Amino acid sequence: MSSSTPSSSAGGVGSADSAAPRRNSKRPKYSKFTQQELPACKPILTPRWVISAFMLVSIVFIPIGVVSLFASRDVVEIIDRYETACVPDGYKNDKVTFIQSNLTKQCNRTLTVKKRMKKPIYVYYQLDNFYQNHRRYVKSRSDSQLKENSSWDDVSSCKPEDMSKDQPIVPCGLIAWSLFNDTYSFSLNDQQLAVNKKGISWKSDRDSKFGKDVFPQNFQNGSLKGGATLNLSIPLSEQEDLIVWMRTAALPTFRKLYGKIEQDLQPNDQIHVTLDNNYNTYSFNGKKKLVLSTTSWLGGKNDFLGIAYLTVGGLCFFLALSFTVVYLVKPRRLGDPSYLSWNRNPGGH
Amino acid sequence: MVGGRRKKQHFSRIHAFTCGKAYFRGDHSLIGGPGFSRVVYCNDPECFEASLLNYGGNYVRSTKYTLATFFPKSLFEQFRRVANFYFLICAILSFTPLSPYSSISNVLPLVVVIGATMGKEAVEDWKRKKQDIEMNNRKVKVHQGDGRFEHTKWMDLKVGDIVKVEKDEFFPADLILLSSSYEEAICYVETMNLDGETNLKLKQALEATSSLHEDSSFQNFKAVIRCEDPNANLYSFVGSLEFRKEQYPLSPQQLLLRDSKLRNTDYIFGAVIFTGHDTKVIQNSTEPPSKRSKIERRMDKIVYVLFALLVLLSVIGSIFFGIATREDLENGKMTRWYLRPDETTIYYDPERATVAAILQFLTALMLYSYLIPISLYVSIEVVKVLQSIFINQDLHMYYEEADKPARARTSNLNEELGQVDTILSDKTGTLTCNSMEFIKCSVAGTSYGRGITEVEKALAWRKVSPLAQDVTEEEGQVEEFKKEKPSVKGFNFLDERIMNGNWIKEPRADVIQKFLLLLAVCHTAIPEVDEEAGRTSYEAESPDEAAFVVAARELGFEFYERTQTRISFYEFDPLSGKKVERSYNLLNILEFSSSRKRMSVIVRNEEGKLLLLCKGADSVMFERLAKSGQEFAELTKEHIAEYADAGLRTLVIAYREIDEQEYVEFNEQFTEAKNLVSADREEMIEEAAGKIERDLILLGATAVEDKLQNGVPDCIDKLAQAGIKIWVLTGDKMETAINIGFACSLLRQGMKQIVINPETPEIKALEKSDDKSAAAAAFKASVLQQIAEGKRLLSSSNKDSEAVALIVDGKSLTYALEDDVKDNFLELAIGCASVICCRSSPKQKALVTRLVKSKTGSTTLAIGDGANDVGMLQEADIGVGISGVEGMQAVMSSDIAIAQFRFLERLLLVHGHWCYRRISSMICYFFYKNIAFGFTIFFYEIYASFSGQAVYNDWFLSLYNVFFTSLPVIALGVFDQDVSSRLCLKFPPLYQEGIQNVLFSWLRILAWLFNGVLSATIIFFFCIRAMQHQAFRKGGEVVGLEILGATMYTCVVWVVNCQMALSISYFTYIQHLFIWGGIVFWYIFLIAYGAIDPDISTSAYQVFIEACAPSGLYWLLTLLVLIASLLPYFAYSAIQMRFFPLYHQMIQWIRSDGQTDDPEYCHIVRQRSLSHTTVGYTARFEAKSKSSKERARDH
Repeated sequence: MSSSTPSSSAGGVGSADSAAPRRNSKRPKYSKFTQQELPACKPILTPRWVISAFMLVSIVFIPIGVVSLFASRDVVEIIDRYETACVPDGYKNDKVTFIQSNLTKQCNRTLTVKKRMKKPIYVYYQLDNFYQNHRRYVKSRSDSQLKENSSWDDVSSCKPEDMSKDQPIVPCGLIAWSLFNDTYSFSLNDQQLAVNKKGISWKSDRDSKFGKDVFPQNFQNGSLKGGATLNLSIPLSEQEDLIVWMRTAALPTFRKLYGKIEQDLQPNDQIHVTLDNNYNTYSFNGKKKLVLSTTSWLGGKNDFLGIAYLTVGGLCFFLALSFTVVYLVKPRRLGDPSYLSWNRNPGGH
Repeated sequence: MVGGRRKKQHFSRIHAFTCGKAYFRGDHSLIGGPGFSRVVYCNDPECFEASLLNYGGNYVRSTKYTLATFFPKSLFEQFRRVANFYFLICAILSFTPLSPYSSISNVLPLVVVIGATMGKEAVEDWKRKKQDIEMNNRKVKVHQGDGRFEHTKWMDLKVGDIVKVEKDEFFPADLILLSSSYEEAICYVETMNLDGETNLKLKQALEATSSLHEDSSFQNFKAVIRCEDPNANLYSFVGSLEFRKEQYPLSPQQLLLRDSKLRNTDYIFGAVIFTGHDTKVIQNSTEPPSKRSKIERRMDKIVYVLFALLVLLSVIGSIFFGIATREDLENGKMTRWYLRPDETTIYYDPERATVAAILQFLTALMLYSYLIPISLYVSIEVVKVLQSIFINQDLHMYYEEADKPARARTSNLNEELGQVDTILSDKTGTLTCNSMEFIKCSVAGTSYGRGITEVEKALAWRKVSPLAQDVTEEEGQVEEFKKEKPSVKGFNFLDERIMNGNWIKEPRADVIQKFLLLLAVCHTAIPEVDEEAGRTSYEAESPDEAAFVVAARELGFEFYERTQTRISFYEFDPLSGKKVERSYNLLNILEFSSSRKRMSVIVRNEEGKLLLLCKGADSVMFERLAKSGQEFAELTKEHIAEYADAGLRTLVIAYREIDEQEYVEFNEQFTEAKNLVSADREEMIEEAAGKIERDLILLGATAVEDKLQNGVPDCIDKLAQAGIKIWVLTGDKMETAINIGFACSLLRQGMKQIVINPETPEIKALEKSDDKSAAAAAFKASVLQQIAEGKRLLSSSNKDSEAVALIVDGKSLTYALEDDVKDNFLELAIGCASVICCRSSPKQKALVTRLVKSKTGSTTLAIGDGANDVGMLQEADIGVGISGVEGMQAVMSSDIAIAQFRFLERLLLVHGHWCYRRISSMICYFFYKNIAFGFTIFFYEIYASFSGQAVYNDWFLSLYNVFFTSLPVIALGVFDQDVSSRLCLKFPPLYQEGIQNVLFSWLRILAWLFNGVLSATIIFFFCIRAMQHQAFRKGGEVVGLEILGATMYTCVVWVVNCQMALSISYFTYIQHLFIWGGIVFWYIFLIAYGAIDPDISTSAYQVFIEACAPSGLYWLLTLLVLIASLLPYFAYSAIQMRFFPLYHQMIQWIRSDGQTDDPEYCHIVRQRSLSHTTVGYTARFEAKSKSSKERARDH
């Protein structure tokens, strides 16, 4: 790679003092810029550069891949799919009727800890085939209403969940209306495991998007009840389940933070979960999962990043080797233009 | 005044004008009828009758828009572009709930883009407006009554005004000449701006008005002119003048046209008859055709392809959306209940899923609109304007002597300059300077003159060092040459043997004396003595004649006066060494004509001897020599061949003494023939002249250089090496054209010439007879036959890879361009290495241009300097005007104006190549980056039930093209250089990349589009796989829509900018600033936008500071995606660069290996890609060495 300064050719032209400037002369002013002679780096892909670049990538990528993979493998995750198991046998073929009935929805599950889980342990619920990113759904909220008490009647974007009994709904819109309402309680060895539901939402949401003086009002009062109800005496900024829910997920399979267990769990611990299976995912064949997971510096369990890094790094290493071989075995024919397109077909001339 | 009067006599003496005598012909009976209804009340424009007529004023507007029409008209123009119209529809739809994002973010870019283009239009129109203002405010003297003439603005002129135009002023409107400073009311007019002819035309007023010499004579002047209505015909005019109750007919002889110039006449008086837009010149002006480059036309096709892709994606999306929506209600039960399909709007109604799908289709059209780059057009405009600034600013294309830089008048053809396949060039004023220089002569068998011609120079240069050929050195040579340029115009003769009176010491001084005497006497030039400086200058009909007189003067025979019967000159007397005054009686002038190819004068010298002095072409002169007069014939012939090969025009000089008896006989016959009024008058004169012009005694030959402009052979050579075909279209005669062909190496000895010129005696005889159609048919048959013969010759010489030249004359061209012949003709012409069309009219030039352009589909460039080239310039893909001495007409209708032909080399090989490369890479890259972006949006839709939810924040979307990715592309379009200008000129074959369109072939375009899809795939799927449902960082939070959007967007910004960095080969600080700046700016924007109140920033609020930046995943993912996306391209280009380099990459290798200074090596690289059938002196040199080698082998 060479960095060269193009010499200003044709001496006389370059220097400004070659001709005494005439009055009103139209002679263009000389500058490296206007003459397109700016000093420039003109890299070309020489064998050395190509091989070095590939080697550099593989040297950087393979360690990163290893570290990422280790980080992902360190994470302990317990996943329990319960949406089918928590339907009584008689309703297995008609789950929708069950979920819409008034039958008791309580359900007990047992989770076994396989590896030691260090606190904090995050509790997620995972929904599947739920299009929180559907345009109708995403748009169906009123940010100003959530934020300020004074715009409580700003519900224009919330149809059809905007008004109920001629009163604006706070919080309005489909997102709030369909708030997830399964609940979980955990016990370990008959001891209640405390689930901390504070601080599970983004701080900026609590501080800036959900008002401290905005209280739920007229919520879930309509003819069709969606999801959870809200405590009318708690301001929205403290309704963290709502705040988490209202940050719409990017993909149809998503997890949302339910709470944190601030206690280490040991291998072979049996955790009893008592859950209220209220939320209707049966209409659209969605799965429901309960997830307990620790985190690493890289977040949750996902091997993809590590594997991808290793693959790309390995590929680059392979390419570096094969380029070396090719360059050695088959040196370039210098300045041979015979394979230029216009020499290949003489008819083109 | 005195000089003027004298000159007038001379001209009429010599040319026997028959002017001013128009009779009422048939046409004049039409006056007053339809089409001939104009009535002009001269000197009384305010009278009642005149005010009824209400003719327009003299205000001329050349602007496209007025203040009122600007908005509607230019908006209409804008939205005629399909892409813009589509974006307008999108902008309108964005105000409906169909829009996937906020309307403002959709409308704003459109407003910016349209605004910028309209701004450019406005600026350009404003420039025209300023020109108009300058033109309309010029002053002319107008009669104000009472014989007072006062300066008035042009635009205030009215029909019927009497104006007084002074020397060297332009006529402000179409005028009827009333009188002039000359007694006979004649005036000289230069019509260069109208037809490109530089010779002066004579106009004469009616006798009735010719006595109005003084301002005061117009005090009571009244006249009425009735004439034809405004029309575009420059050469006809019908009218009548009513003056003092008498009717006089008016003809074109009295008509002075706007934009022509008064010359050699102190002043004229004229009556305004046509003003402003009624004038013939403006009626004649056609709207300049709007030209678009090939690349842009192909770009439109790409846009259509992308439209198709866009529609396809939208259809797919809307079908899936329709199915998903229909399933939202199953047997009256809601499936996706959270969307409330039971109480929904039309857009999501499961019961009318088809309608919803159709509406969704519209939404999708808007959502995927990023496939079609809205800013592409505006970016290209910006880039092209900047490129043309570079062209304008190029010091290498600045012509010091005329103080003229190059000027790109339209910026939309820059890249077309890099694809020129055929150059159609005018000769006079373009290849040549239109000045003749006396450079050599052969007297008494000795060749004199040490001057070297451009051609010789070029050849000599090649011989000295056939390989080393450095631009700088060549330019140095040109500089050197400039210094020794002769101070005397028309004289470039250097030979101490005969200069400064030394000729008397030569062995044959007597012959030299006669030779010089002949030069001083045998001509039709008119001297103009400047008393103060004591110098004599000459005005001659043709520049070569002037060159002879000047040469005679410089060598001691100063011709200074001509009267009707006498020619006077000073002669350097060898005995006394002083100037002696001589005067010869001029008896007859036997004029030059194209059939005679010679001219003679018969004079009686001071001793009373009768002399016939004759000069003419060698073809006719040698056969007229006396047996005794052939002393030097052989040597002279040799010299003539030598001169001709050097590209000089030669004339043979001979004389004879006549005895009285013979002269008397001749004179009788000649006078009789002259006075004859019949069809064969010319023949009789010729016959008489032919009788006396015989038994001549040869003196020698002259060689005049039709001076090529500096560097023309060199430039032609470079262009030929670049594989550009060069055709010369000239109005000159065939001999001249062929001479110039040799001079600039378009022709060379040993090149086969196909001459199409069927002037056979039989056809001539047919033409003489009345049967014109038979003559035409015979002519055409003959042309056809010659074309067929030519093709046979061509195919046979193609086998031997020999170059063939085609020379066609104008008359044959008329037939060759007919519909049924032209394909044949073109086939022949394309096969030839060089094509020269002589005697071609402006119309034929345009037709030939059109033929080449339309039939071969290749890019044509026309270059010319005169108004007769305008048609050609407008017809060609690119018109280049030479802003030389001849008028501005060519420049005004050109796309690019340069001062010298040689600048074409730099314009094409450097700027053309760069611009082509820049624009084509820029467009490819533009589509790449938008495909990469658009497809990530589309892929996301798969995961969002095709509902039209965009993955990115609204403002991310709309600022993508404007801020984060546009500047590097513009930098690419403006600054990128594959190889430096020095190397561009050193390796002309590089230009083939443009002609073959290597850089913008469909394959390359599709490859870039594919690369875009590939990048999008890698970006999207890597992102969603890495950012699944798991916790996104240590705090346990998961990824939401806004985080995924921001991360993916970051990846896109990185990838497209680094892709740019990979694909350009020229990094100045500007590239660094824009590419890395674009990325940095994205982060700055993300932080700044995220810090704004969530009402505005919505989902982007705090997304970077709070979520992305502290997360290791975000950064690692960016790095991974970046490298993974670039890897395919990097590997591909590493292989391609090393093992299958394009020509420019080969030069890059040579440069990086440091072999550019190895002349032998460079020569090899250059030579291998040259074709054998090319022209230029390199080819000439090759051919010469090849043939000499063959000769050596044969021996």
